Amino acid sequence: MITAERKPLAEIIDSIDAYKRILLVGCNECVTVCAAGGRKEVATLASALQMDFMKRGKHIDIREMTLERQCDPEYVEQLAPYIDQVDAVISMACGCGVQEVVRRFKAKRVYPAVNTKFMGASERPGVWAERCHGCGNCLLGLTGGICPIARCSKSLMNGPCGGSSKGKCEVSSEIDCVWQLIWDRLKELGIQDRYEDVIMAKDWSTERGGGPRKIVREDLAQ
Amino acid sequence: MENFEPVIVAFCCHYCAYTAADMAGSMRLSYPANVKIVRVPCSGKVDTIHMMKALEKGADGVMVAGCLEGDCHFKSGNTKAARRVVFVKKLLEEIGIEAERLAMFTMSAGMGTRFAQVAGEFTEQIRKLGPNPVRAGLKARKAAEKVA
Amino acid sequence: MKTDSVLEKVFKSGQIAVTGECGPPRGTSVAKVKEKAELLRGYVDAVNITDNQTAMVRMSSFGASLILKQMEMQPLMQMVCRDRNRLAMQSEILSAYAHGVNTMLCLSGDHCKFGDHPMAKGVYDLDSVQLIQMVRKMCDEGKFQGGAAILEPPKMFIGAAANPFADPFELRVARLAKKVKAGADFIQTQCIFNLDKFEQWMKGVRERELHKQIYIMAGVTPIKSVGAARYMKNKVPGMDVPDHIVDRMAKTPKEKQAQEGINICVEMIQRLLSIEGVAGIHIMAIEWESAVAEIVQRSGLYPRPKV
Repeated sequence: MITAERKPLAEIIDSIDAYKRILLVGCNECVTVCAAGGRKEVATLASALQMDFMKRGKHIDIREMTLERQCDPEYVEQLAPYIDQVDAVISMACGCGVQEVVRRFKAKRVYPAVNTKFMGASERPGVWAERCHGCGNCLLGLTGGICPIARCSKSLMNGPCGGSSKGKCEVSSEIDCVWQLIWDRLKELGIQDRYEDVIMAKDWSTERGGGPRKIVREDLAQ
Repeated sequence: MENFEPVIVAFCCHYCAYTAADMAGSMRLSYPANVKIVRVPCSGKVDTIHMMKALEKGADGVMVAGCLEGDCHFKSGNTKAARRVVFVKKLLEEIGIEAERLAMFTMSAGMGTRFAQVAGEFTEQIRKLGPNPVRAGLKARKAAEKVA
Repeated sequence: MKTDSVLEKVFKSGQIAVTGECGPPRGTSVAKVKEKAELLRGYVDAVNITDNQTAMVRMSSFGASLILKQMEMQPLMQMVCRDRNRLAMQSEILSAYAHGVNTMLCLSGDHCKFGDHPMAKGVYDLDSVQLIQMVRKMCDEGKFQGGAAILEPPKMFIGAAANPFADPFELRVARLAKKVKAGADFIQTQCIFNLDKFEQWMKGVRERELHKQIYIMAGVTPIKSVGAARYMKNKVPGMDVPDHIVDRMAKTPKEKQAQEGINICVEMIQRLLSIEGVAGIHIMAIEWESAVAEIVQRSGLYPRPKV
């Protein structure tokens, strides 16, 4: 999933302070799963914003909506009946969702309420960790199914640096050394000799090297 | 200020605090009438939004009262509630509302005395804090609701 | 002889090679570079010029290497993957070689987090193994990494690093093998304090006869004080300082600790030289370049051969 974290309230408040009516829009997909921008978080943020305004003797009109998928025009359209009744939109979706709202409602100011972080997985309840970098040319088949691009602090493709210690990364004891994980996995599979296959310099043109990326499926595209 | 009578919302677990409050009553132990009890099936049922809404609507203090550690009828509802209370406290601090307006307490069903004591002390603490600053906007809110 | 590198010539002559280290200044002081380098003159075959070591901004390795060339000394230009993409790396290699720098060391580089710009974006376009491969290709095939031909390709003597003390230990010989395969000519190891572990690693190296394919320089560092020993033991990632060394420093009166640090270093070199497969000694006297002369002399490595 795409993970996100709510922005500091002060920053959100600063962006909407001048408005009287706002539309607070969540998303039912990734940000719901990582508890950053689903229906519950929309309600909580709305309440917190309201309290902040009331504390200052003011009142703000907040309409809460949570779309099935904010990165999909079909669902963003559901905002249309309400958009003219508000001064601005706050989006709790990832950056993709924010931009879809912007693309549809060009005249409206849209502010992000979350910081979009990374593509990750639920490590355990309440903990999400980075797993994929979206490099556009998957090498998991070469590294025992564990990604050194996303999970090594230096994206080293040919083994651990000299800072790997007791299974942890030199950058932080909170980070597993991914090359320790890969090595353990290769051993488990009995293919540790494959470690010595040199992974050649990566073609980053499939990543950001080639500029913003697009996928076109001719059979589906209209 | 002198006449300030705080409104306290107490979310009380059916299996412990709610029964304890009941017992306090039958033991003729007095606790402040300020405390409005909301019975919940488990303290773990009290969501972030419940605590937030209570304060947003003007409560001066919110208590969440659940079972003693290890005694939750649903295994871990009370520890989840405790963590959620910490989460909401941080949220309150972010908007400049005193985190002390929210508190978690644990007790067993037989602790009528403890309930009365806790309710009394918390009410006093909130009385000292003064009214919920959100009250400043109640008028604006009412005006807005009238327009709507 | 593949290159004009003095270091290569010393190795080829069958004699023990010695390298030292000079960290460029955090400023424009040419005098500082010269002062450090002068302390090493005549005692080492080449001087490692670090590349923004510990991720702190310094005069570049290439820039300081040029100062050493002007002093008619032999710079060993370090290059890390953290700060440059492959375009910048290759152009720097061309420039360095054009100015007579013929020996270099390929490294991943300390993470930005440790330096004075933790907010910087780490590049890591290539990793250290891929960097070795790229330089090898530039020299041997006369081609850039992208495949185009180089007009008068460089001839670099290519070094790499190895840390036998980092985890997972059992992978460390294989990692060296990978660097050999990628085309490195020589290796400089992390500072050795835990001799037992180093010997164990060298045993693995010899079993695979890697020491016959690559020159291995054992890294040493003189410890100036018990505080420095403790710091390296506890704070520097990938460093293995056994208790007996810390204890020995602790037992030494404060004013004699620096001398004891040199003694330990000299003893370490003598033992390292008895290990089959050790082809050289790399002395990292960080901010203590004045210690190098005594260490080299007492280790029986002076004078340096004329090659």
